[in-house]
This record gives sequence, C-alpha cells and structure tokens, in this order.
Amino acid sequence: MKEKIRIFQPKLSWLAIPFALIFLAYFVVPLILTLIVSFWDYTEYSIIPDFIIGNYIYIFDGCFTFENGLCLTFKTYISTFFFCLFTWLITLLLGFCVAYFLAFYVNSLPMQITLFLICTIPFWTSNVIRMVSWIPLLGRNGLVNDTLITLGLIQEPIEWLLYSSFSVILALVHLYTLFMIVPIFNSMLRIDKEVIEAAYDSGANQFQIIKNVIIPLCKPGIIIGSIFVITVVMGDFLTIGIMGGQQLASIGKIINTEMNYLQLPGAAANSVILLFITIFIIIVMTKFIDIRKEL
Amino acid sequence: MHKKGSLGFFIFLIIFSFFVVFLYGPILSIILLSFQGPSGGLTFPLNGFSLYWFGELWKGSGLVDIGASFRRSIMLGIFVMILTVVLSVSAGLAFRKKFIGSDLLFYTTIASLIVPSIVLSLGVALEFRLIDSIIITIGEMFEIQTILENFQTSLGMYTSGFGAQLTWTLPFGLLIMFAIFNRFDKSLEEAARDLGANPNQTFWYVVFPIIAPSIVGIALFGFTLSYDELARSSQVMGATNTLPLDLRGLTTTVTTPIIYALGTVTTSISFLVIGISLSFVYLLRHRKIK
Repeated sequence: MKEKIRIFQPKLSWLAIPFALIFLAYFVVPLILTLIVSFWDYTEYSIIPDFIIGNYIYIFDGCFTFENGLCLTFKTYISTFFFCLFTWLITLLLGFCVAYFLAFYVNSLPMQITLFLICTIPFWTSNVIRMVSWIPLLGRNGLVNDTLITLGLIQEPIEWLLYSSFSVILALVHLYTLFMIVPIFNSMLRIDKEVIEAAYDSGANQFQIIKNVIIPLCKPGIIIGSIFVITVVMGDFLTIGIMGGQQLASIGKIINTEMNYLQLPGAAANSVILLFITIFIIIVMTKFIDIRKEL
Repeated sequence: MHKKGSLGFFIFLIIFSFFVVFLYGPILSIILLSFQGPSGGLTFPLNGFSLYWFGELWKGSGLVDIGASFRRSIMLGIFVMILTVVLSVSAGLAFRKKFIGSDLLFYTTIASLIVPSIVLSLGVALEFRLIDSIIITIGEMFEIQTILENFQTSLGMYTSGFGAQLTWTLPFGLLIMFAIFNRFDKSLEEAARDLGANPNQTFWYVVFPIIAPSIVGIALFGFTLSYDELARSSQVMGATNTLPLDLRGLTTTVTTPIIYALGTVTTSISFLVIGISLSFVYLLRHRKIK
C-alpha cells in the first residue's frame, strides 16, 4: 500500500507559534544582542552604545606577538580544549561500552529499559550535588586517600584528587557520559541483528565486528554524542569552577567573571568568539549526518 | 556472538557495573554522611548516626534562607513544567506537517540545546538590562513617579528566568514529541475520521491517549531540569535565588555536613518526582484497554 494516508487535521502549523516565540525572545534575540553589545563600550558602572572593536582587541592583546609567551586568552582556550579532549575521549569509550552492553547483551526489553533508566536517572538530579558528592571520596581525608593509606600503598594523602584537573575531568565524565550513551544506544538499536550474524558467520571475530560493522553503523550516534559533550564542556564554568577549586581556567569562567564585574561588552565579545568556535566544531562534525533522521 | 556467559559478556558486564557504581557511589556516600553525628565532619568515618544535620538544616542555622529558595525552585519548576508540556506538545503536533519555517525552527531548537549555557545566560541578561534602561528612560522622560522611585530591574524568575530555562527544557520536549510521532500509526486517526470523529475528538480520544506516556516524560524533563538548572539560570534570576544558585554558593562557604543534608533532601525530591513520573508512564503504558 503505497498510497499516503492523509492526516485529518486542519492547519496545525499555528500551534508552533508560542514555541517559536519563546525561542525568539529567549534565544535568537539574546544572541543577536550579545553580538551587538560585543561592539559597545563600557565604564565601571555602565555600558555605552557604540561601535568599537576594542573588546576584541583587548581579548587578543599580545596574542600574536608572543612577547610574554602565550597570552591569557590562548592559555585559557588551551586549558578548555584540554578538558574537552579528555572528557570526550573518556565519555566516548565509556559511553560506547555501556551502550554496547545494553544494546547487544541485554535481550529482554523490560531489562533493557530498566538498565537504561538506571543510567538516566542521575541526569534528572542536581548537578551541583553530584559534584559535591565527590568531596567525601576525593578529599584530603577522603575515602580514596584513607583506603590507599590503610593498604600501605601511599604514605601521604594524594593532593591532586580534588580541586584539580583530575577531579574536573572525573566530574565532567560523571555528569555527561549519558549524553554519549543515549545517541549511541539509539544508533545501535537500529542495527539489523542479521548484519552482525552475517559478519559472524563469515568468520569475523567480535573485535572485527565492532570495528568494521558496529562503529561505522553507529557513526551518527557517536557524532551526536560527541557534539553534546564537546559543546557542553566548551562552555562549562560550573564544573571547572567547583571541582577545580576556582583555580583552573576555562573560557566559560572568564565570561562568568566578567559578567559578575558587569564588564558586559567584554563578556559579550568573549561569548561571540566562543560561539563561533563552537559552531565551527559542530559544522566540522555534522558534515555527514542529518540529525533529523536519527530520531 | 553476544551470548550470555561468553568472555565478552563478562567484560562488558564488568564495565557496565563499574559505570553504575561510578554513577551512584558518590551520591550514596553523601546520603550516608548526611546522617553524620553532631561532631562528624565532611568525610568518613561516620561519628555516630543522627538526624542532627537535618535538624540544623530545618532550623536554617548558618544558611541563607534555604526554605524560601527551595519553595521558589519548586514553584518555578512547576511553572516551567506546564509550559514545557503545553508548548512542546502543540509544537510537536504542528511539526507533523511541514510548514513555512519548520526546518528553521527545528534547527533553532537544536542549536538552543547545544549553545554554551553561559552565552545564553549572558544574552538573556543583556536583553533584560536593555529593557531596564528603556523603562528607566521612559520613566525619566515622562516623569513617572512609580518607575523613578520603585523600579529596580526587570530581571526575575518569571520574566527572564523561566525563559532561559525553557531554552533548555523545550528542546528535550520537542525531541520526545518527534520520537513518538515518527513511530505513530497514522491509520488510527484515519479510522477515527472514517468513524465520524471531528478533529478535536480525534485528538482527545485517539492521539492523546497514545502519546500520554510521552507527555508524562516531557513533564518529568520539564520539572527536573528546571528544578536543578543552574548554568542558564545563573545570571538571569534577578534579585532572587533558586535552590541550585544557593547550593553553588554554599559549596564554597559551608564546611559542615549540613550541605550533605541539603543534598540528600533535594536529591530525594528529585527521586520522588522521577519515581512518580516513571510509575505514571508505566501505568499509562500497561493500562487495560476499555
């Protein structure tokens, strides 16, 4: 039956208008204003409509002369990329393995749903509390240090467990692996089991099947998950702030600090740059997939 | 391949189990530590077992008015939940057919999900600060006394705050609607029409019951994501604080298990909401067909 079944509905497109208005008022206009204000001037207590590129010049001050080594902005971006890279690698590996287990080793649907929900539930709880909950484990007198000392593996508590790059990445992985699991799992569920059987019957081992069959077929899921993780880490200021003991740099934190000091045009200029870098990353990653087909 | 009991099965089972422990271990540890005795500190071991820190939390000792921000967060969560459900469902219905700008709206929604939260928060804050200056200018121009004397800021939970949160909850709502309508059997509606149902009846008696479990899911996202939202809310709540904003402040100032007690309470609320929603979804899925 090729004949298309007509949905009997009057014109429903107007139902999208309130939805669209919210995004206009709270997403599109704010981003345009950010772009505009990034060219404004400011004093300690007010912002002044203008068209100057001083905010951008200030950000890249000394960046291209390398007089004092790397400038602050480049250092900050390198630090941000560092967190991105490690978080991405770990969440990808972990997320893939978890999704693989759920999709291929768990056969009964109720069990699959239950285990999937177990992975999802923490997403609906407070991020701040999830970060705070590492303190009793990683602190100087925390469970990890205590256990290692009791076992005689170390003499002194390890200092870099908490308020360090390590704890930041750990917390980011803890918070955002789900963003990897969901799209990869979704892609895996679409793989025809017979394709895998065929590969197996042709003599491929599990590693070869994962490498040559499953990963290529999961590519859209992997890319969507990667976009989520990378963009969320690029703009992060809370995790790096709280888990880094307010000592580590990230571009999100710079914007946040500038906002707290009401240097709004400066914050806007930084936001515009961050936004363009994020968009660039996304464009590179979405070259080959159509997000809409993945739902 | 993929047999239970194979070596591969055990390897991936171990990875999965490790992940679940990793996911829940820390939160269990602070739930445990919130029952710390009065002399207990931020780390193990437990010095006795008491409800002392919950008592302290209840009294509000040494804290900002946590009760008030708690109530504010719940109210805002409910407000955002209702809007998320209504707006996502109606937009979801509209998206079943292509309309002018439907692609643009779809990609805007996705973009909203992945735009850095701090950028969005800044943008919304800028927008409302500009509105502030317009209001003040008008006040000065026409010498409107109420504005000149009383006006502080237009930033607030129900002006800028809820909107910033909606940019985070609505994309999830729309994606859920897409997921359900992509698998929706349209012949059911056709049948309803053939039997003489009008569009309203078709929606309420045929479509709605089928999508009801997903609507509960959208509500779950709407409430929990708003209740715990911090990154996008951080600059746009105006003079008031929501619970997550207070919590963040407390992470740097509080050095007693009272923060764990607070964590336990707010996590319990989240778990309660999740539990109720998931039971609802389950019941709706497995209800008897009349």
